[in-house]
This record gives sequence, structure tokens and C-alpha cells, in this order.
Amino acid sequence: MPQSADKILDHAPLFREPEYKEMLARKAEFENMPPAEQVTQIADWTKSWDYREKNFAREALSVNPAKACQPLGAVFVASGFERTMSFVHGSQGCVAYYRSHLSRHFKEPSSAVSSSMTEDAAVFGGLNNMVDGLANTYQLYAPKMIAVSTTCMAEVIGDDLNAFISTAKEKGSVPADYDVPFAHTPAFVGSHVTGYDNMLKGILEHFWKGATAKPDGSLNIIPGFDGFAVGNNRELKRMLDMMGVDYTILSDVSDQFDTPSDGEFRMYDGGTPIEATRNAVNAAATLSLQEYCTPKTLEYAASFGQKTKALHYPIGVGGTDELLASISELTGKPVPEALELERGRLVDALADSQSWLHGKTYAIYGDPDFVYGMARFVLETGGEPRHCLATNGSKVWEAQMQALFDSSPFGAGCKAWGGRDLWHMRSLLATEKVDLLIGNSYGKYLERDTKTPLIRLMFPIFDRHHHHRFPVWGYQGGLRVLVTLLDKIFDCLDQDTIEPGVTDYSFDLTR
Amino acid sequence: MSLDEGTINDSALPERLIAEVLEAYPDKARKRRQKHLGVSVTPDAEEKAEGALSECDVKSNVKSVPGVMTIRGCAYAGSKGVVWGPVKDMVHISHGPVGCGQYSWSQRRNYYIGNTGVDSFVTMQFTSDFQERDIVFGGDKKLEKIIDEIDALFPLSKGISIQSECPIGLIGDDIEAVSRKKKKETGKTIVPVRCEGFRGVSQSLGHHIANDAIRDWVFNQDGSEEAFETTPYDVNVIGDYNIGGDAWSSRILLEEIGLRVVGNWSGDATLAEMERAPKARLNLIHCYRSMNYICRYMEEKYSIPWVEYNFFGPSQIAASLRKIASLFDETVQQNAERVIAKYQPLVDAVLAKFRPRLEGKTVMLYVGGLRPRHVVNAYDDLGMVITGTGYEFAHTDDYQRTGHYVREGTLIYDDVTGYELERFIEGMRPDLVGSGIKEKYPVQKMGIPFRQMHSWDYSGPYHGYDGFAIFARDMDLAINNPVWGLFKAPWKKDAA
Repeated sequence: MPQSADKILDHAPLFREPEYKEMLARKAEFENMPPAEQVTQIADWTKSWDYREKNFAREALSVNPAKACQPLGAVFVASGFERTMSFVHGSQGCVAYYRSHLSRHFKEPSSAVSSSMTEDAAVFGGLNNMVDGLANTYQLYAPKMIAVSTTCMAEVIGDDLNAFISTAKEKGSVPADYDVPFAHTPAFVGSHVTGYDNMLKGILEHFWKGATAKPDGSLNIIPGFDGFAVGNNRELKRMLDMMGVDYTILSDVSDQFDTPSDGEFRMYDGGTPIEATRNAVNAAATLSLQEYCTPKTLEYAASFGQKTKALHYPIGVGGTDELLASISELTGKPVPEALELERGRLVDALADSQSWLHGKTYAIYGDPDFVYGMARFVLETGGEPRHCLATNGSKVWEAQMQALFDSSPFGAGCKAWGGRDLWHMRSLLATEKVDLLIGNSYGKYLERDTKTPLIRLMFPIFDRHHHHRFPVWGYQGGLRVLVTLLDKIFDCLDQDTIEPGVTDYSFDLTR
Repeated sequence: MSLDEGTINDSALPERLIAEVLEAYPDKARKRRQKHLGVSVTPDAEEKAEGALSECDVKSNVKSVPGVMTIRGCAYAGSKGVVWGPVKDMVHISHGPVGCGQYSWSQRRNYYIGNTGVDSFVTMQFTSDFQERDIVFGGDKKLEKIIDEIDALFPLSKGISIQSECPIGLIGDDIEAVSRKKKKETGKTIVPVRCEGFRGVSQSLGHHIANDAIRDWVFNQDGSEEAFETTPYDVNVIGDYNIGGDAWSSRILLEEIGLRVVGNWSGDATLAEMERAPKARLNLIHCYRSMNYICRYMEEKYSIPWVEYNFFGPSQIAASLRKIASLFDETVQQNAERVIAKYQPLVDAVLAKFRPRLEGKTVMLYVGGLRPRHVVNAYDDLGMVITGTGYEFAHTDDYQRTGHYVREGTLIYDDVTGYELERFIEGMRPDLVGSGIKEKYPVQKMGIPFRQMHSWDYSGPYHGYDGFAIFARDMDLAINNPVWGLFKAPWKKDAA
């Protein structure tokens, strides 16, 4: 009997015990699975160039895509405003999914409500669900603002949010002057980064519509959809404070997704104050840290005479240089010496470790701005970002990536793959091997299938804890990314040289 | 069925809490919600004679109230996420936009043995990734192409299921016609499932639709008859999704008492195991809620009886083994006694180790299909007391069955809202809450230990004797971890 009270075995060791191995072998007799030789043959074929060509010829099927749908981005961005509840109009299962998805990554509560539309609403429209739903949310959860977005069900039947919300206000669901910004966020257009843009623009439109900007010299900063937002936004604020900039972060989720354990559940915490959001129309400029999260929002900000600029996820030396230079340019504040010191420390660390990084090859996937920023940092370390993939990346993004590759000798032979998925990535890794894979938790299947060591630096990270509490932006964040890369490289090298008397001559004490 | 009859929970507190939470609602919502909340009461004589400990009479299986933060999911989650997703040698297409498949990808921990991407596909996300043009022009042509591409790139897949997301039913696609056509062309099983998320009121209708799809598109298909030698001991395990290996730690017991499990639905299942099911002698059903439909059908059509069982905790395991064995010959019955005796020392050792650490601790549950009642006696075996329980998507028959497990005075909540659950937990201050990922972190922040009871919090298995040891360990580590003593800063200790 494998189990004992002294040494309790859970799934990982339990099923390797002889009793279970025998049982599983008996089960196999009832399964009619294909013979082992055939499985090996097909498994080998899936890693061949022939398979890769067939795989890349796919036109309709998506396998293991690295993107989510619009409302996830809408719920994320709305949660970065003071006491704001996301209200997603449509089927209720979707909301259960967004909440679970965010909770699994952040290991934090994620609150959002649904208008719970069912078959009758599909026929007659979801007006009643909106009217009742807003009243219930307002009463039960006492939000300062309810941000309305949509699931694809409501989009397909064509529910009109503007009209519905007006009617709900007329019927007294919420006070007439209560803030209910909205955005249509169809899941069949774009991805979660699109939903981020749409909802953010919806919130700004709600507060800015009809306003005349009275420029106050401040700076709006939009972080974009970011799994590392807790660490990153705090690092961003630290740097802005060091520069003495008057700023507003438009959607700051850093406190919402990092509440303390002290006996009280805070449904809402932190976030951009409503008043600050309203006043942000007066900013001199709006700076987006992720271009693909903000095209419509920046256009809208520009319509108030604001200067606008978009970056690509500021990782590493060049990425942070560009961030600080942009802030400086838009606000007239110089970069302080203290930040220059931090820059020097990051460069120092890179120099100390350069021999271990030079010439390493990488595959990187994730949201388009992350992939760009990450590849840029890899190039700075003397690494080669060979396969760069964004399922929600466009042709324009591919061209931007190519320009990045062309800017460095280490970019030769690197290629960007927009619109491709992780099953494409599997073919790339199987046919053109690289040293390291950078992505999210889904990448562990690629690590298993192609033996490419995985580094998790992209949302979502389900199977490692608390990474998001530390920044990857700024020079300080750059240090953390650097250490993450190095730890993986050294751990792999140690694993590879650990066999006593066989390979351990290279099991060096000092590296 | 409880071993610890006679004890009654105090109903005053739960009654007060129900009154308090209802206060918070607008009138219309209050009227709807109050029918879903209750406290279990003394059963009538007839129920008592049938073994009921209490009566749990709340309204269920109706639409959720909009805007209240229901914890429920949808029909797609019930079909793809629960019933079909674990079938390992088939490809399950999340048909529609990308999100549904993405959020449910690999999240149910349906363990399986197989070469993923080659002969097994459970932890992969196949989607038609609908774009605007698919909504406008329809997705049937795309679906046809997808099936061809799956056939070419995944040649060892035994079949395909098409899991409909919301838009499919709204834009009038004919996935049944596509399925029939492609089945003819590829010779493989193709199963269209109309589990659009807006259908029904919860996951529950998705289970039913998924069961019906097995009936209509897997059973009685031409050419699917395999030569199969039956024995009088052939059984199917129905409604065990092998979460963390549950079905394996169950199967080992069923084999030990001399039964032959010819099909396991649907954890670690193959299409062959589903097709073969009508040849079994008996269906053993664990998750009644999600798979009773197909058992009833098999009973009607193939005269296969079915029996519910419960493999959580030693008292229910022993009772279930005896109940199952009683449907077979004396050898099996003797085997059952032998198996129960064999595991008794393990049970004794586990109880000796953990019961003193858990005795008298109170537990509140809020889960899905069968667990809000099925795990009650496992806690009971450890000396723990259930003070509140409820289901996301139960029907009346589930609440009737619940009366056989929980004491009088237990707080019962159907389709509980975030607001209610938080207030109930705050008011009851149980020693442990068992619920899902969305509930985990709010509860823990309140300083109350928590275990996810959908995914076993990444542990498991919890079924069977081997699983009970893990269950006991996990409840102990949740409750008796030192972190719960760190919440208050020392300088604040006397402040209150």
C-alpha cells in the first residue's frame, strides 16, 4: 500500500508507485490508444520541417493562442480607478472567467459583475438586465463608478449601451449624475489589449466630453495591460517622483491587485482618483507605455491638444532611457543624477555578466509591446531574439520588430511572427532551436515538448508566485530581468554538469 | 448517512445573517434572493425514515439576479470545461471568439496519461478564434476548414467535439450539418454541442446538453461497434473527472473488489471508453448533477442500472463499497470487506494524526456539482462540522439529497452572491472555507483559512482511501499554518 499517515503522498509521487503503475497499465488495455511506435513516429514528425510547413499553412484553426479577449482588458483597466466596479453586459460565465483568470495570476481577489443575460435576453435584448443589474450593483457594492463593457453575446445582438444606461438612470437604477462610463468590447475584434484601449477611452470620454482643456503642465501616463503592474507601476511612480513630475497614472491597478492580509477584505483599494481622472484632460501630454494598448485613447487625448507619445514596454537600458527621455521631453524636467546612478548600476551589472549572455539565442512571445521591449533588452545583452511571436501582433508590429532587429548586428537572422500562436512556436523551437524561451505559464508546454528552458516574464503567470510584485521596468526592473535570465542560465548549466564523475568537472564553484 | 447524528447546529445566527443580507438588496432583488437562502430544518417523519438528517428547502436552478456578482459560470463551462474537455484522444474546439477557450485552458486539472499534441489533447486550446467577418458571414465554412486542418495536423486524434460559444447560436450557424458532412469525409466521430453560454442559467444546462450530445453523436453510430468480450463485472465510472487523479485513486479500489472498469467518464477517458459504455453491467455515478442524464438514458435504452456512490472519506467509502458490492456476487462482497479491512489501519493512522488537530473545527462550503454534500462526511470523519453549504447550479433533487448529509440549523445558500457569501463568512467566522478561486483570496484576507474545492487547490487526489489521507493533510495544513497568527501587527494587539 503506497499511502501512509507518516508520509502522505499526493498526486506527484503517488501515481508513480508500483500499484498505480500497474493499475494504469491495466487501464490502457481499455483505452484503444494508438500503438507506441505510431505515437513516436507522429511525435517525431510534429517536430520536423515538413510538419512546420504544414503547420504554418494553417488558415482557420488556432492552437494555443497567446491572447485573450477584449473584456478581460476592459475589466483590468477599469479596476485601476478608485472604487470602480466592472459591469460586463452579456452572459455571466464570461465574468466568472475574467475574475478567475486575474485571480490566478495575481493571487488576489478580482471583483466584477455580470448582467447575467440568458436566452430571453438574447431574443428581447438585455435592457432589463442593465436596469436591474446597475441598481443591484450600486446598492450592494457601493462603487464610486461602474464601468460597463460587453461580452460578445451583447455585441452580436446589438445592445446599445449608451441608450440602456440612460434608460437605467431614468428608471432610477443609479442617480442621474452617477458615473457610468461604458465601452463596447466585442470579443471577436482584437484582443485584451484592444479592450483595455476601448474601456480606457470610454472612461476618459465620460469625464472629458465637452470639456475645454486648461493646460496645467501635468503628464498623463498609461501603463497598459501588464501582468507586472503591481511592481511596475510603483517603480514608475518612484521614478516620476524622483523627477518631480506632476503626473496622473491613468489606471493604476498596483494597490487593487496587492491588498494586505490584515483581517479585512478590501473590495476596492487605491486606483486613479475620479477627480484626477476628470482633471487629466488638462494635462500637457499623455504618454503610453504600450502603444498597442492605447491607439484610440491617445488619439482621443490628442483631440484635446495634448501631446502624445507611445513606447513599447520600457525594459532594459535603452527602454528606460527612452522612457525617462520622453518624460523629460514632455514635462521639461531633467533626469536627476540619482536615476543616472541607477542606470550606471544596471550597466555595471550587464558588464559583469556579459560573457554569459553574449550570443545566447531566444524565443520571445507575448503581447506586442512586451515582445518588442524584451527583444530590445536581449539585443542589449548581446543576445539574439530569433523567434519573436505575438498572436495579437499585426503587420505593422512585424515591421517595427524588423526595424529593431536591423538596428543591431545581433538582430541578424531574427524574425517577428504576428498573428501566430504557440503551436507555430512549437514548430519554430523544434526546427530552429534556441537557448531560452521567454513567455508566460503556457510556455511550460513548449518547454516540455522542445526542452527549451522557459523564463516567465509575461502575463499570465499561474504556476510561479509573486513575480508581479517586483518591477521589470526602469533600471531597477532591468536588474531583476537580468538576474532572472542569469539564474536560468546558471541553473541550467549546473543541472547539465551535475553528474558526479561524469560531467561534474564543469560544475564550477565560481562562474 | 452521517455517523454523528443527534447534534444540531444553532439556527439563530444563520437566520439573523440571512435577514441582514437581504436588507441590502433593492426590493425586486430581495424578493428573488430570499427564496434561495435558508436554514436546514427538522425533516418530516417520512424523510427521517429514509435517513434524512434535515431538510434543505431552497429555490434553485433559476436565473441569477443581474449585477449581484453571481459565482456561476455558463453552459459552455459545463460542457467543454466539465464533461467533454477531459476526453483525451479527441480535439475539443472552442468554437467562437478566443476568450472562453483561453480562460478555461488547463484549469480543471483533469489528469490523463498521453502524449499531448500527438495522441492526447486535453491541455491544449483549440479555437476558431472568431473575427468580425465570421460573425457577419457565419462560421460554418471556417469550421469545415478547421476540421480538415485538425485531421491533417493531428492525425491520431480520434474525433472532434465542437463546443459552441455564445455567437454560434445567435448567428444561425448549422454546426450539425458541418458535423455530418465532415464525419462522412473523415470517417471520424464529430460531435456538435450546442452549449452556447447564454443557454440555461448556469453550467448545469451545459452538462445536460453535453450528455445529450453523447447520446446523439457517440452512441449508436454506424461502424463504431468494436469486438469486445464482456464479463459480469464490467462497470463504467460516470462523473469522475480525474481532478488531481481522483478517478485513479477510485479505480484502484473498484479493481480491488473485483470489478472491471471498462470506461471512465470523462477523466482520462478515451472515445473508445465512451462508445463501449452500453456494454457494461452497471453504471457507477459519482457526480450525479453533471451526468445523471446519460445514466438515465442508458438505463432506459440498454437496461443498465445505475447507482450513486461517494468516495470522499472513509465512512462513505466503506458504505459505498458495500453498496456497490451488494449488486454483485458474494465474492465481490467478501472482497469489499477485505478491502475495507485492508485500508482500516491507514484510516486509523490518518485519523489518529489529524483528528485531534481538527476536532470541532467548523467549515463552510460553496462549490458546484456534488461536493457541497458529498464531502460533508469526509469532514465529519475528521471531527469537523459543516455550518453552511450551498451550490452554484444545483436542482431541487440536489437539495433533497443534501438533507441526508447536513445537520439541522445549517445555513443553506443557493447561487450565493459575492455580497452574501462575504457577509455569511464574516458573521459565522468558520475555521475553514471550501470554495473556488474567486472566493479564495477575499476569504483569506479576512484571516480565514481556505481550500479550493474545485481544483483541490492544486493538490489531490481526494477520492478513495489514498485520497482521504491527502484531504486530511490539506485541511490540517490550511487551518494550522502559522500565517493566520501574523495578521495583526504586535503594536495593534491591545488597540481593540
